[in-house]
Amino acid sequence: MQCCQPDCENEATVHLTEIVDGQMKKIDLCEECAKDQGVTDPKGFALADLLLGLGAASEMESGSGELECPACGFAQADFKKSGRLGCSDCYATFAEPLEGMLKQMHKGTQHVGKVPKALRQEMDFTKQQQQLEKQLSKAIETEDYEQAALVRDQLRGLDVPPEEPVEPKAKGTKSAKGVKGGEV
Amino acid sequence: MELQKFLSSTTELAGHEGPQDHVVLSSRVRLARNVTGRPFPGRAKKASRVETCEFIQPAIAAASAMRGGFSESMQPLQALDKQLLVERHLISREHAAKGAGSGLVLSKDETLSVMINEEDHLRMQALLPGLQVKQVWQKMDRFDTSLEKKLDFAFDARLGYLTACPTNLGTGIRVSAMLHLPGLVLTDQVNQIVQAVTKLGHAVRGLYGEGTEASGHLFQVSNQMTLGESEADIIERIHKVVLQVIEHEENARQTLLRTKAKELYNHIGRAYGTLAHAHIVSSKETMDKLSLLRLGVKLELFKGLTTPLLDELFLLSQPAHMQELVGEKLSGEERDLHRADLLRKHLSKVKGLKLPE
Repeated sequence: MQCCQPDCENEATVHLTEIVDGQMKKIDLCEECAKDQGVTDPKGFALADLLLGLGAASEMESGSGELECPACGFAQADFKKSGRLGCSDCYATFAEPLEGMLKQMHKGTQHVGKVPKALRQEMDFTKQQQQLEKQLSKAIETEDYEQAALVRDQLRGLDVPPEEPVEPKAKGTKSAKGVKGGEV
Repeated sequence: MELQKFLSSTTELAGHEGPQDHVVLSSRVRLARNVTGRPFPGRAKKASRVETCEFIQPAIAAASAMRGGFSESMQPLQALDKQLLVERHLISREHAAKGAGSGLVLSKDETLSVMINEEDHLRMQALLPGLQVKQVWQKMDRFDTSLEKKLDFAFDARLGYLTACPTNLGTGIRVSAMLHLPGLVLTDQVNQIVQAVTKLGHAVRGLYGEGTEASGHLFQVSNQMTLGESEADIIERIHKVVLQVIEHEENARQTLLRTKAKELYNHIGRAYGTLAHAHIVSSKETMDKLSLLRLGVKLELFKGLTTPLLDELFLLSQPAHMQELVGEKLSGEERDLHRADLLRKHLSKVKGLKLPE
């Protein structure tokens, strides 16, 4: 049997089984790849991550060409090898090939949990702005100019969000950059 | 400060009681976080990792929850120190292999720990005894929020907290409970339970996390998915699942008492006999047999034997704790001798198995 790591044609001598999501997954590695993956120290071996990573690698293959992250120089091949990304910008760079894999791996692809406080205000603000803009275009559509003027004033009032003013970013911001800018 | 002086004694550590601790030994929450504008540790060159660590470590150590705590680079820590931390579940095995450019911050009571530059810039953990997944999340949440003032976490409106491995993306949360399931193991039901729990999207692992086998009848249940579900929902689901496993374990123990009492007493009595009288005993055998004694204590079959003592012996039997106790480096064979001495000393005084009339 051949080693299941990409770009490896050695005979597999290490065979592992784990149950992930109630499904039995098997992996076969040659001695060298097993060593690389830390299998020789069975207690430190992240089998689940490796299994998910293998699925990820094949997902990534269907992606478009050989991408490289402009921020850290991480390439698609590096991800296939390690199952890890290079920096937070990689998520934007590899967004397309990652999409299918995230769908398989997680419950959804939209984060619904905790948001850092500084961003929370900003996100609420963006949401409010989007809502008002929708109301505005609807009012214009229905030629309800009184309502449109009202909403327009509200939108203007939004220019500075309440409480701690945060620099409003472009609509639908997906930036992973610092919220406070500064030294990081 | 020296780590071994900082760490609380094993007696103190084993003395902590928690709700439902006849089945749930501890509840844990781990959060993965990264700061913006820096490559993840796996990608960063050594100089960059050192710089990042020096940037993050003071911010963590200065948090009010870390007052009186321990903060150190991984470099000066001895192999034995690192192994002690692993055995106490304060760092991962992966982190124990790290040196310069990685760090560790522990709170005074050891309930909070932060690994710096493990797989992510920050891996934070809160640990409480017994079934307290909700409380342990609140503790972690507060601490995480307190760090936001000093650190800009890499976050995306759609993908949530950005992590080195996509399996941790979103909430970056891993909630786990350490379960003691001797009843389910002895009644051959544990595989069924493990399968049911994994079907619900949870992972079941052995004592020291990924890839480790279950010894001492200990199983760790944790969530698998981190994106597309809120922390509160993830916690709630784990809590419910654990409550159900507890019920099954309780039933299994009762079934054993009702239908296979002799077999059960035989297992527990033999375990006691071995540990109280052996002169050479491996750590695996010790864990499995102490586990049976723990079951015996919880079923009130022993007079004068307590769970804190057993939990302390469990911890002391681990290789690094054994060496710290004896005060010298020991080979595996030497450890087996010292371990047996320790167990005899504590267990031979106990008046054996006392069966109900």
